[in-house]
Amino acid sequence: MLNVRVIPCLDVKDGRVVKGIRFANLADQGDPAALARRYERQGADEIVILDVSATADGRLARFETIGRVRDEISIPLTVGGGVRTVEDGGALLQAGADRVSVNTAAVEQPALLAGLSSRFGAQCAVLALDAARAPSNGCPSGFEVLTHSGRNRTGLDAAEWARRATEMGAGEVLLTSFDRDGTRSGYDLALIGAIREAVPVPIVASGGGAHPGHMRAAVDAGADAVLAASIFHQGDWSIGRLKDRLQQLGVAVRR
Amino acid sequence: MNAARIGTAGDVGIVPTGVANLEAVRSAFRRLGRTPRVLDSAVDIERAEYVVLPGVGSFADGMAELRRRGWEEALRRRVESLRPTLGICLGLQLLCDASDEAPGIPGLGCISGRSVRLAGAGRVPQLGWNGIVAPSEAVFLRPGIVYFANSYRLEEVPAGWTGATGRHGTRFVAGFERGGVLACQFHPELSGRIGAALLNRWLEEAPAAAEASEGLTDRARMAAAC
Repeated sequence: MLNVRVIPCLDVKDGRVVKGIRFANLADQGDPAALARRYERQGADEIVILDVSATADGRLARFETIGRVRDEISIPLTVGGGVRTVEDGGALLQAGADRVSVNTAAVEQPALLAGLSSRFGAQCAVLALDAARAPSNGCPSGFEVLTHSGRNRTGLDAAEWARRATEMGAGEVLLTSFDRDGTRSGYDLALIGAIREAVPVPIVASGGGAHPGHMRAAVDAGADAVLAASIFHQGDWSIGRLKDRLQQLGVAVRR
Repeated sequence: MNAARIGTAGDVGIVPTGVANLEAVRSAFRRLGRTPRVLDSAVDIERAEYVVLPGVGSFADGMAELRRRGWEEALRRRVESLRPTLGICLGLQLLCDASDEAPGIPGLGCISGRSVRLAGAGRVPQLGWNGIVAPSEAVFLRPGIVYFANSYRLEEVPAGWTGATGRHGTRFVAGFERGGVLACQFHPELSGRIGAALLNRWLEEAPAAAEASEGLTDRARMAAAC
């Protein structure tokens, strides 16, 4: 049986790990390679690196950071940030990524997902979906897609977009709640439920997870993996202790 | 240059399938103290002591790249003589006859078998860490939890090979081995300490296991004797 993955996320800006609240007020959290190494030793199942300023700067995630992290870890590495073409995806794989996530560019040109998926396989094409509650703007699911690191509201319905994106070939949805990001108030379970109904592929819950109870609830709502950042960077939980607790809560994790 | 180093004892050559996480594979071997080289000729496939056929991409693109380079025959000869050769994920599937992912496109055909789409209760793609069982007579494969990222599977361990299996909605082949050849549906290069230990066993045991084996065909036996 497949285990629930626990994934620390490294938001990277100018070669350093940063973390904020609702994608703003970013504070330095340390060196990406040192953090990745620590998390693998603690039992992380995968590392996600999101270069949060890449799209705004009009460039691809920095190869140097990816290479340094790759050399340190023997677990999967998913990288996102500034991917606009299939060739960009290939370049990230060459730099040391195993899987590539796309957000803004996929919304602007959905064929990118089809291209990445047909060349590198569905398991390699991750849809990074940033969503916010939007009760009054006509989105049937109640959730709206955001792009450009949360600065741009698209008016697209999050569930409808997730369904289309997986039909195009996305093999996983990295689902971040903008409202919960960095707040430690728990994952947005309604959001996870809405996307679970829309897509057959794995979902990674992100945004707001602060303790094992939140993670158990996300799994119950339909998540296949749980992602967190602040609680690991700031030492509230080691991944080992978190997994011990998850196991006690009846969640299957790799030990 | 790549070519200058290939042909020395213990060298590891990686086949650039064009659709692989090459750097992850290279870094895994570097951590084991090796200096893997990306291969650039069919001659080097013959000469390298160890050859790795990695892949995360599509069956059609992977086969097209091997055909474009004209490396199919050299790879077949290695596998049929059971020389130390490691297929990872797509690499395992490319060693077989065909895949439902690319109807009408033949694989290398060293091993009889056809990949079919994962189906049943498990989510597709299978992404994450899953337990496998391996028979005690296996030289390389061991039971444990390893990392998978696949949408297709082999249903049965090929006849004459020693295989490991797992379950994801349905039973699937997690890997198989014979002589110096090891094929993994999972990613040893991404499977933490268990994966590193597997790669290390393959590096240490495959040459002797290849020596002790007879090869798959008369042709392979003749090639090995030359």
